Amino acid sequence: MNHLQFKILVVGAGPAGLAAVSSASQSTTDIGLIDDNPMLGGQIWRGGVQSAQTTQAKRWFEGTGAITILNGARAIAPLGANVMLVETATQAIEVHYERLIVATGARELFLPFPGWTLPGVMGAGGLQALVKGGLSVSGKRIVVAGSGPLLLAVAAYLKGKGACVQMIAEQAPWQKLSAFALQLVRYPEHIRQAVQLGRSLLGVPIYASSWIKQAHGTDHLQAVTLNQNGHASMLACDYLACGFGLVPNIELPTVLGCSIIDDGRVQVDEWQQSSLQGVYCVGEVTGVGGLDLSLAEGQIAGSAATGQLEEARQRFPARDRARRFATLLQRSFALRRELKTLVEDDTIVCRCEDVRYRDLLPYANWRSAKLHTRCGMGPCQGRVCGPAASLLFGWTPTSVRPPVTAARIVSFAHVDWPV
Amino acid sequence: MSEIQLTVNGCEIKVPAGTIVAAAIAFAGVNTYRHSVTGEPRAPLCGMGICFECRVTINDSAHRLSCQTLCEEGMRVVTT
Repeated sequence: MNHLQFKILVVGAGPAGLAAVSSASQSTTDIGLIDDNPMLGGQIWRGGVQSAQTTQAKRWFEGTGAITILNGARAIAPLGANVMLVETATQAIEVHYERLIVATGARELFLPFPGWTLPGVMGAGGLQALVKGGLSVSGKRIVVAGSGPLLLAVAAYLKGKGACVQMIAEQAPWQKLSAFALQLVRYPEHIRQAVQLGRSLLGVPIYASSWIKQAHGTDHLQAVTLNQNGHASMLACDYLACGFGLVPNIELPTVLGCSIIDDGRVQVDEWQQSSLQGVYCVGEVTGVGGLDLSLAEGQIAGSAATGQLEEARQRFPARDRARRFATLLQRSFALRRELKTLVEDDTIVCRCEDVRYRDLLPYANWRSAKLHTRCGMGPCQGRVCGPAASLLFGWTPTSVRPPVTAARIVSFAHVDWPV
Repeated sequence: MSEIQLTVNGCEIKVPAGTIVAAAIAFAGVNTYRHSVTGEPRAPLCGMGICFECRVTINDSAHRLSCQTLCEEGMRVVTT
């Protein structure tokens, strides 16, 4: 077994993780950064075929000195206090650390609806990630559906890549959207973004109070049915990009033993420290809040974990402001109740084990549904169906255990387990 | 831009360096990345290593996530 040792270990190289590295590096270069993607930047600053690293990711990385980066590496299990088992494509590594900064980000919330398992139905961020990775959407007909500003950003990106974006279906009603737009006056930086998006989306129809009802096709998506402001409409398309919001990736902090609060986010103090001494959590994992909040939290944790408390404190106002904006977003784009009724009896809920909605109906909670139907027991370990079941049945997915993600058995072969 | 040659289900293709395997599979004209436990066709959903729908066999190693793997020269990709 290979060993590495760092003063600071950062898990996740998205904006929050990079900001943490940047601030921590003002005090030490004894930093390890691991990320499961082949390149730095996380989702929002994902590099791709055109440039391995986005300029934003590069900018945050300047001046960090000789830190150690492990790409394509997953944190799979804590091995007692201050040791993390990390797996790459070819090896397992025991990584020892004094302080841990968890910046594991968020995944997209997927809502089951008839046909959502068809090839061609994707997460909005997911489709964008594939296009950055070289998927050509030139001339492809794409419907973008869901809620929130991410839809507009993804639609603008896809259009810029030559896609024919046929429609953006936003589930929130116009009255909520216009109230949101009025509140933007208090956030000039977001107005600039909105104007830019508006310009690049000229000619793309945007419908409010509209949502996906069904995806049609046999072995690939051919068309979608939408509820368009009360009327059903059918539209032929090659891809459907769905974005209904984000779910914090709390599996690693949960397994570590960090306190998780209300809607599934890690509890942190003013220094971004979790309930565990020396374990800091930053970015979406502490509650979905977007880029600015992730950066501020990352900076605070990076400074605080290296004893630079005054530097950390300087970022408190930025964090407060970003939190207020995040609250505004959550209120404006709250999901409507109708989205819980899209599933039909034979709609698959758990895609790994092909468990259908009717199979789940007899059970009272996640645990008994899981034991009887294998829902949430496939390779994704409930990362997709757990939040969906939460929304559909009000269940709280429980019992995350190591390994945090699917891992090779050989990675555990030489571990000296703590007794 | 340099190109990489690989095979998808035995078919030779060339893609730009930096392309992920999931994109190369689509480029080869393959829609189905795997079949589910009841035989349904599946393809990438999340694009970021969460859903495991894009898993394929790469160089005889099973269950590799095509969305998080970069194409390499001579790589053999097989969908299931």
